[in-house]
Amino acid sequence: MWFLALCSFERESAMPQPSISKTMTTGESGLAFIFAVAAFLCLVASAKALDAPFAFHAGLSAAASLAAVFFIINRYYDRPAALPPAEINGRPNYNMGPIKFSSFMAMFWGIAGFLVGLIIASQLAWPALNFDLPWIQFGRLRPLHTSAVIFAFGGNVLIATSFYVVQKSSRARLVGDLAPWFVVLGYNYFILIAGTGYLLGVTQSKEYAEPEWYADLWLTIVWVTYLLVFLGTVIKRKEPHIFVANWFYLAFIVTIAVLHLGNNPALPVSFFGSKSYVAWGGIQDAMFQWWYGHNAVGFFLTAGFLAIMYYFIPKRAQRPIYSYRLSIIHFWALIFLYIWAGPHHLHYTALPDWTQTLGMTFSIMLWMPSWGGMINGLMTLSGAWDKLRTDPVLRMLVVSVAFYGMSTFEGPMMSIKVVNSLSHYTDWTIGHVHSGALGWVGFVSFGALYCLVPWAWNRKGLYSLKLVNWHFWIATLGIVLYISAMWVSGILQGLMWRAYTSLGFLEYSFIETVEAMHPFYIIRAAGGGLFLIGSLIMAYNLWMTVRVGEQEVQIPVALQPAE
Amino acid sequence: MSFWTRHQAFEKNSIILIVGILLVIAIGGLVEITPLFYLKSTIEAVDGVRPYTPLELAGRNVYVREGCYLCHSQMIRPLRDEVERYGHFSLAAESMFDHPFQWGSKRTGPDLARVGAKYSDDWHVTHLTNPRAIVPPSVMPGYPFLAQTEVDPDTIADHMRTLRTVGVPYTDDQIANAAADMKAQADPDNAGTDAFTKRYAKAVVRNFDGKTGTPTEMDALIAYLQMLGTLVDFKIYNEKANLR
Repeated sequence: MWFLALCSFERESAMPQPSISKTMTTGESGLAFIFAVAAFLCLVASAKALDAPFAFHAGLSAAASLAAVFFIINRYYDRPAALPPAEINGRPNYNMGPIKFSSFMAMFWGIAGFLVGLIIASQLAWPALNFDLPWIQFGRLRPLHTSAVIFAFGGNVLIATSFYVVQKSSRARLVGDLAPWFVVLGYNYFILIAGTGYLLGVTQSKEYAEPEWYADLWLTIVWVTYLLVFLGTVIKRKEPHIFVANWFYLAFIVTIAVLHLGNNPALPVSFFGSKSYVAWGGIQDAMFQWWYGHNAVGFFLTAGFLAIMYYFIPKRAQRPIYSYRLSIIHFWALIFLYIWAGPHHLHYTALPDWTQTLGMTFSIMLWMPSWGGMINGLMTLSGAWDKLRTDPVLRMLVVSVAFYGMSTFEGPMMSIKVVNSLSHYTDWTIGHVHSGALGWVGFVSFGALYCLVPWAWNRKGLYSLKLVNWHFWIATLGIVLYISAMWVSGILQGLMWRAYTSLGFLEYSFIETVEAMHPFYIIRAAGGGLFLIGSLIMAYNLWMTVRVGEQEVQIPVALQPAE
Repeated sequence: MSFWTRHQAFEKNSIILIVGILLVIAIGGLVEITPLFYLKSTIEAVDGVRPYTPLELAGRNVYVREGCYLCHSQMIRPLRDEVERYGHFSLAAESMFDHPFQWGSKRTGPDLARVGAKYSDDWHVTHLTNPRAIVPPSVMPGYPFLAQTEVDPDTIADHMRTLRTVGVPYTDDQIANAAADMKAQADPDNAGTDAFTKRYAKAVVRNFDGKTGTPTEMDALIAYLQMLGTLVDFKIYNEKANLR
């Protein structure tokens, strides 16, 4: 299997070990045993399954558990007697294997997610593309798109970069031998279960939390392991201070765990079936959902990617972070205020007014820490602005922060109730989300991957900066087409819904407003197509960097001269 | 000691940092969510809202499975144009038995909170099978496969039992007769229809998809759509009593 080949990278730097007797670690034997039991239980569940998707998922899990047992045992026979040391010659022996795997998966899921996005955008322009089939109709593909880009692409970028940043900034090797592999493989297995589930109609219909109970349980196990690996590495650090980026990563990991547990408690109809009913109902469920939903934006798509900003921009620009004190204020203000903002998704609904008003107030206040963070990121370039002309990777990172500033201005504005009465339920929301998702999350992830791949694979630089330039401009054009089409269609539709004739009748029937959207849906699909083309260029560039890029020569540490 | 020096406690100890994060993120959620569980004014006092019938519940599960909520809201806002277009604004009470809620966040298609009884069953069958046959500019996918899939009357009682555990007030009588009620609602000639309508106020008994035999997913989905927003009688609803 190809990921077995990938993980062999991790042992390249291991020194020849003195011969000591080789035994399985408790982790190896314990995990192999647990997976063997899991394989058996999943097989039983598959046989007793009440519905076909559950039987498929249980069968798949049995096969995956067996593969895990095989992987652990095979890895044991291949490895030297001693585990890779934490340090070699006084230098940390960084663990790059799981980072490489996650970077690869990020690129893979990114392209898949953008492609599904293009498909559903086209379905809205040309509904015949639904083909009257259950598995590929809009309602099932849309969660596949959102989950693929947010959790699969974004999640793998976050795991890859966090594992890299925490090691480098702590000057310590990732804790655990199998644990980091468990995190990256387990997380991607969760994506596989969630994604195939959507196509088969397995969903609990809570936006951005669609996976059913068994996928949620699995994710909980993986996520706790992720927290332990990350935290363990921070605790082992050789630096007295925890680096700023790691505060943001930690807030992201901890808060996502809280949100996941708060939003998803559900009771399965049967332990051998996929269907469950969520514990919360009606208004409380709505509030829990958007407390979760908005903070998936706040902590997954913001705090996590701000951590990337705080490490990769200074590193790439070769400048220190603009203001350390600003980053302290930025951090606490952002995580405190964000959690309140959820109710702005429920303006004018049956949610009590007091909750709506609180949500709006805090959303407006949130503008301040957001722009504080943006300023901290942008001003880091002071003295190095000229690099924007020569380094398209840095340009991508900086433009991402500019998009962050734009969408974090737009967000508070849309959370104002009168504005929201127009924008809610329309494409304006979709446009807003995508200026953040494509411009901020997309570009900061691309920039980080362009940095990370040469670093992790030990290459001198990227295969081609010219291709990065092409990617940058094609994707930027795509974003501009996308968000301007959605602004126009959203505001147009909102105004048409509330338009009255001079006689006091509603001017437009609903379907007339749908018809008016058609040209904008085509422009939007074109924008999405350009963004996808950009990512294909990127994938080629990264692939060639790994394949033919020049190895960076490790300069051996000079011996201390005699005094 | 300045503020910045004190802050080093968080920068130098990961456990203090984690505890700090947890405390800071807990406040907003606790303040906004907890009162919704005990403030009496959160959900209006209204007559008429009842749990879904077995067939409606099966239809609702189809609605969830196919992701209808991604394009259709079920939440009418108290704005002039919405009230005129869709009907009385939605009450919290009307979705209090919804696990999960289906308020939605986008109107690629119209709001469905009060779509019940607005169109005929035939209209729905045609529209769900091929939306453009009846509304040419529609961008909705077609769902012809619903008419070919039967619902399972034997497992629906398990679903109702699960919902009862999470707080939906199904009675023992309703659960015991779930399978029979499911068949009865889609078959006006069924001997059990009288008993069924006694168990579920305002429930409509019709052959929704126009075909005989075990109810299909088409029957179930239309039964669900036809009851949406019909339970509360706004002629006798006292708005003043529920001002919040």
